[in-house]
Amino acid sequence: MMTFKLGRRALIASAVAALSFGAPAVADGHKMLDSIHFLIPGGAGGGWDGTARGTGEALTKAGLVGTASYENMSGGGGGKAIGFLIENADSNHGTLMVNSTPIVIRSLTGVFPHNFRDLTLVSGTIGDYAAIVVGKDSPINNMADLLAAYDADPSKTAVGGGSVPGGMDHLVAAMVMEAAGKDALGVKYIPYDAGGKAMAALLSGEIAALSTGFSEAVDLAKAGEVKIIGVTSDDRVAAAPDAMTMKEQGIDTSFVNWRGFFGAPGMPADKVAMYQEAITKMYATPEWEEVRARNGWVNIHNSGDDFKTFLEAQEKVIGDLMKKLGFL
Amino acid sequence: MLEGILLGLQTAFSVQMLLMVIGGCLIGTFIGMLPGLGPMSIIAIMIPVAISMGDPAAAIILLAGVYYGAIFGGSTSSILLNAPGVAGTVATSFDGYPMAKQGKAGKALTIAAIASFCGGTIGAILLMVFAPALSSVALLFHSAEYFALMVVGLSAIAAFAGTGQVAKAMIMTILGLMLATVGEGALFNLPRFTMGLMDLQSGLGFVTLAMAMFALPEALFLVLNPITSQSGSSSEIKDMRITRAEARAIAPVIGRQSIQGFFIGVLPGAGATIASFLGYAVERNIATKEEQELFGKGSVKGLAAPETANNAACTGSFVPLLTLGIPGSGTTAILLGALIALNVTPGPRLMIDEPQIFWAVIISMYIGNFVLLILNLPLIPYIAKILAVPRNYLIPFILFFTLMGAYIGQNNATELLLLVGFGICATALRFADYPLAPLLIGFILGGMLEDNFSRSMQLYDGVAFIWERPMTLGLLIIAAVLVLLPSFRARRARLRAQGVADGD
Repeated sequence: MMTFKLGRRALIASAVAALSFGAPAVADGHKMLDSIHFLIPGGAGGGWDGTARGTGEALTKAGLVGTASYENMSGGGGGKAIGFLIENADSNHGTLMVNSTPIVIRSLTGVFPHNFRDLTLVSGTIGDYAAIVVGKDSPINNMADLLAAYDADPSKTAVGGGSVPGGMDHLVAAMVMEAAGKDALGVKYIPYDAGGKAMAALLSGEIAALSTGFSEAVDLAKAGEVKIIGVTSDDRVAAAPDAMTMKEQGIDTSFVNWRGFFGAPGMPADKVAMYQEAITKMYATPEWEEVRARNGWVNIHNSGDDFKTFLEAQEKVIGDLMKKLGFL
Repeated sequence: MLEGILLGLQTAFSVQMLLMVIGGCLIGTFIGMLPGLGPMSIIAIMIPVAISMGDPAAAIILLAGVYYGAIFGGSTSSILLNAPGVAGTVATSFDGYPMAKQGKAGKALTIAAIASFCGGTIGAILLMVFAPALSSVALLFHSAEYFALMVVGLSAIAAFAGTGQVAKAMIMTILGLMLATVGEGALFNLPRFTMGLMDLQSGLGFVTLAMAMFALPEALFLVLNPITSQSGSSSEIKDMRITRAEARAIAPVIGRQSIQGFFIGVLPGAGATIASFLGYAVERNIATKEEQELFGKGSVKGLAAPETANNAACTGSFVPLLTLGIPGSGTTAILLGALIALNVTPGPRLMIDEPQIFWAVIISMYIGNFVLLILNLPLIPYIAKILAVPRNYLIPFILFFTLMGAYIGQNNATELLLLVGFGICATALRFADYPLAPLLIGFILGGMLEDNFSRSMQLYDGVAFIWERPMTLGLLIIAAVLVLLPSFRARRARLRAQGVADGD
């Protein structure tokens, strides 16, 4: 079985290599790795899925990696894939798992028995800011209006989001209210099981505002469906230059939902370095730029030790906040 | 608008687009026929192909063709093998499978094909005429109304509460609702009833449970009981003609359900599944006493209603997708992702900015429906022959696809253990003569019922939404009537019979 697999992989690799002779755009000298296997802790079509497949597409099209394969392993909100990678560490040196901010949040709440320290940190690659949006016909035009509406009638000013209470969207909403000097737990947070349903609820007037990812909001804002009243970035984002940041409006909040790649524990150092180098080189390629622009991602590159520092800082900030808010 | 339609016709009738529609429908139908493979997995597989074509109109026409092809094909496995691969065709198996067992497989497939065609075509006409105006209808429903709508959907179980079965049907429904609470709900931060198992944290999968309730016990029954299952089924496949009386019976059903199904499909939180259950419940309740007896035992009306409704609803679900950019179901969410990847942003500006895409999609729906009808009608006698396959070949085939379907959606081997475990329980329950359909209805509706209920409770700080929102109240009253009317009628009939007896 194993020999067959190897044989087939070698065959594909050689077929790709043969093709690359014919196509001068794929220069042979660039190739860093023969193959990468991406482990996706959720189903097809989600954010993790898009990140892994987009990264794989850019890496292979740019000729940095020979072939990319993908495996969706849903279960336990991502916990199953983490467990799998740890249990089968020795046979998974060729595997990269995609993950994002929830690995930090869910380890803190104890939903996951593991945390990011149990894995090999390869690289944080992209990020997405959070945004608070309102419907296009809403009388609310900025954060000050939203806060005034909240002060006038807290129970009628519900904020919705696409995550569970205590999850990322709730955390962002609570963080913003906290920074604005309100009682973060007093905000009525209404959870929806998908971003689309939350958006429908916003447009139907069921909720006053929606806490969501910036890239999700930006398409609907361009279509004139919603108004973005606050972004959690430090400076305005080029994709929506009219959208004000939280900081501009006197609310000292910044937040970015990162996405990145992890390896199995005990992955050999030379292998880790190869992955990191391939990802670092990827940023300069037009193929990556195309994938990035298509998805509205922001490049936030943290490799190796930087990634560790970044994650530890985020764990501390989020952990403190969750304790303060009473989520922990 | 006329200009737009002409532009759409021009785009949709090019050779390339026609090939896309035909290709999409063919792929969708054939994969959809395999038990356990729903439109979501098929579309996810086709997305890379569609995106690499680069032309957004061609891509969405191909994907839409795959989508309704899969729904159409899904009804085939529901009817022939009692193995619904999509939640939307569960209701089709309620009457379709009994018909196939009675040797009317050909007729059942014909009715399904015609009902789907009519539902899809009438839906497409409604979409063309009303799409721009309907975007506001899509936003009419709040969580409170969705909760009430799910309650109306649950009233479909009344159809299985035949004489002496009321208690059993209720028990199974409650069991289904309980199974829906397993895992980490969308609204709670804690896992429930997972017994500490990580594999249960995402809850039980629909395909797993559907296969365990329907397909697996069926296959086991074929093994355990080879003599009775062989009689009758395969011999009379030729009989695929619909009699004039049957045509007259299903025509009004198709008419009503096309419209009802379409409007339910327009609501972003409802979709084809709810439409098919509601269609089944409504048609059963307005049928005459004698016809009601037939529901669940092979009624042509009971087959036509959900088949029409789910196809009309699929068409309807394009309204929020194209006019608001809001996906109403998992499948349309994947379609939305594909569109965005092709630099098309669905929303109110789509019709103005890129009318050729908007109208080409709608026109391609007509073509798609014709293709499906032409493709399916002549093939029915051959498809129905599946039942004539000797049991010792058919059973492994069913088992293989049942297991594969459960595995492929999640890529999770635990699903297989769950499938077998639940399948054995379901077989035991069938021996004890418990109806299994109410369990599945409870499971499918349970999650949405609970989510919408708890959201409404939060928004209104209590149950005030029941009387503060007139539409919610209205829907709940309809649900009560649908549940109580049959037993009230039965009681009156019984009293009258007793009265006559006393008088003698």
